[in-house]
Amino acid sequence: MTLREITYRQALNEALAEELERDQNVFLMGEEVAQYNGAYKISQGLLERFGPKRVIDAPIAEAGFAGIGIGAAMVGLRPIVEFMTFSFSLVAFDQVANNAPNIMTMSGGQFHAPIVFRGPNGPAHQLGATHMHATECLYANFPGLKIVVPATPRDAKGLLKSAVRDEAPVLVLEVEMLYAFKGMVEPPMPEFDLLVPIGKASVAREGSDVTILSYGRTVPMALHAAEQIEKEHGIHAEVIDLRSIKPLDLETILNSVTKTHRVVVAEQDRPFCGIGAELTFQIQQHIFDELDAPVARVAQEEVAVPYNEALEHAMLPNEEKIVAAVRATCGV
Amino acid sequence: MADITMPKLSDTMTEGTLVKWKKKVGDKVESGEVIAEVETDKATMEMESFDEGILTEIYVQEGQKVEIGQRIARIGDASSPAPKTATPAAPSTQSPAAPAATPATPAAPSTQTTPVPASSPAAPAPGPAATKPADGARVKASPLAKKVAASKGIDLSAIVGSGPGGRILEKDVMASTATVSVAKPAAAPVYAAAPMVAPVAAPSRTAAGVAPALADRRVPLTGMRKAIADRLLISKTQIPHFYLHVEVDAGPLMKIRAEINQAAGEGGNKISVNDLILKATIAAIAKNPKTNASFDGDAIAEYERINLAVAVAVDEGLVTPVIRDARLRSLTDISLTVKDLAARARTKKLKPEEYQGGTFTVSNLGSYGIDQFDAIINPPQSVILSVGRVMKQPVVTEAGELAVGERLNLGVSCDHRVVDGAIGAAFLASLKSLIENPVTMLV
Repeated sequence: MTLREITYRQALNEALAEELERDQNVFLMGEEVAQYNGAYKISQGLLERFGPKRVIDAPIAEAGFAGIGIGAAMVGLRPIVEFMTFSFSLVAFDQVANNAPNIMTMSGGQFHAPIVFRGPNGPAHQLGATHMHATECLYANFPGLKIVVPATPRDAKGLLKSAVRDEAPVLVLEVEMLYAFKGMVEPPMPEFDLLVPIGKASVAREGSDVTILSYGRTVPMALHAAEQIEKEHGIHAEVIDLRSIKPLDLETILNSVTKTHRVVVAEQDRPFCGIGAELTFQIQQHIFDELDAPVARVAQEEVAVPYNEALEHAMLPNEEKIVAAVRATCGV
Repeated sequence: MADITMPKLSDTMTEGTLVKWKKKVGDKVESGEVIAEVETDKATMEMESFDEGILTEIYVQEGQKVEIGQRIARIGDASSPAPKTATPAAPSTQSPAAPAATPATPAAPSTQTTPVPASSPAAPAPGPAATKPADGARVKASPLAKKVAASKGIDLSAIVGSGPGGRILEKDVMASTATVSVAKPAAAPVYAAAPMVAPVAAPSRTAAGVAPALADRRVPLTGMRKAIADRLLISKTQIPHFYLHVEVDAGPLMKIRAEINQAAGEGGNKISVNDLILKATIAAIAKNPKTNASFDGDAIAEYERINLAVAVAVDEGLVTPVIRDARLRSLTDISLTVKDLAARARTKKLKPEEYQGGTFTVSNLGSYGIDQFDAIINPPQSVILSVGRVMKQPVVTEAGELAVGERLNLGVSCDHRVVDGAIGAAFLASLKSLIENPVTMLV
């Protein structure tokens, strides 16, 4: 089996194509996904290949098509609903947060909603305050939703395919800034059916002195920061890619921190009630005695995202902030 | 209350010279205000305070060189007066006079708990200042540092922290084990670390109200203390203890004791509550022979003879003389034997064979007013009985009326490799039955 280097975008496209091909009940719906091949070209060529019944252009009405998707899932189809950005999912918040995760409980188990909501989420580049929301911490607050955030092409493909086959509603929160990011991935089906399990973090880089917990956009930042810190300060940072926000792979996290005794959380969302708040709580709750320093966090600043490029850089998590947090945590 | 430490003012700075204090003790300090001038390897810089309050102490004199992270001053609450010196806060750890538990142990190895809240009277040393927290303040240490210190039996209050605000980090604890001859985990690490004296000038402690110098000491272990430390550390760390308790009605036992002692008359041998409990214990062991055994590698050694060890407090610690072949002894015999052994234990007249070979131990802290406790197993034995005091309590009689009853709490600590919960429970049930129906001890 020969690995190929493909982009994150192509990996998502392959995942969609393979799942549409594998199961007649799978369909893709969203704004511009069909004739325009997707706002970010994730669905390139799929209309041509699978036809307008399987690849559907929806009107600009997120609450409507998200709800249609949930209804379709309830009667046995496997919808994949694309949000042009998860910032727009806020228009469909009631469907995603209220209906999808609760329909099984509310129907006494008669219905469930095996639906995938996917699309770019979180910080991108100069999209301003309303188009860059990192929604993971919002949705993570609703029991019944699964949330994955792939940071590599391989995980993008493998997690999206696993999401389509999962019986729960799954949010695949993609990273716009990584769409052109390349990585090695197994060949497409039928040669290889790539499934990455939901709920398993990966150790993106091994280290012994400090654990950087990252996901999505902060994974490459953390990796670069780790290289720099090793070169300049001899600190060996371990980088964990959470991959799955919910369920959270606590075991991998705790094992790493038990080894390093120091933690920096690098998250792409906002700090207040952000993912790092939960991670920090879990760590101190389970392995308080293993900590040799307080847990540090790098997140967005608690303000609306500015359009100005310099301000945007200062406001978002970045490599320099991760380096500084690691240095403070390690006392160098 | 915040410690001000020498900041790292340049990337290559390892130490700084305190050129000039801009504030003096008693001055109000605002956050961001310049409190001192510090000369680094590159330049003289102004040092700002991150905290606000009253500058309560200055530890470093002008002209002195100080390493990064070293405490140089302290800022206290604006409301609170300058700190008093060295009040031994939290009486905590030191276990009371009574050699609690067992054959060889202060009941709970109490001192082992983590934070060791500055029980050591951090000496306001004359001359160079002790760098450890100088007042009754809580010792700041990372959770990991506390864990490591506890596992190594190191007193955190004797360690200088290198972390922010003087926080003790794991590496500081490890460094202290390397330099201080304390390596061996002792049961009570009270004076574990040698007093740390740092090369810092005398603090301005000559003001009124300073306590006289309190001298920390290192007390070498006596043979007995060493034996207690070694054996109980092994016991508590290698034997999987579990604990059971039962409350028994001591009324019948007290009644029969009064009757026996009345019959003995003046000058006769008086039977103690403990004597009766020992007698009952022997009978309960006989009924539950699996409690009279040892874990022995690849086998369980079960003993035919009941050699009952009794914990006796002595000046240096405690010993556990043994009532040999206790199974067949009468109450009077037990009573006289214990009196004799205890008396000779206190005058160090016991022969080795008189405190060796026990198969089961009884520890009674009732006379110290203890309600109940969990003794540490006396290895290689598998069970130790912990006897509390007889307490007068309101009880509901069979007739449904409220009355004054006498209750006694008995506990066993068992080695789970040998004795399972059900066996330990059966033993306690037998003992309870015997004590509540003392006449059955006759059969």
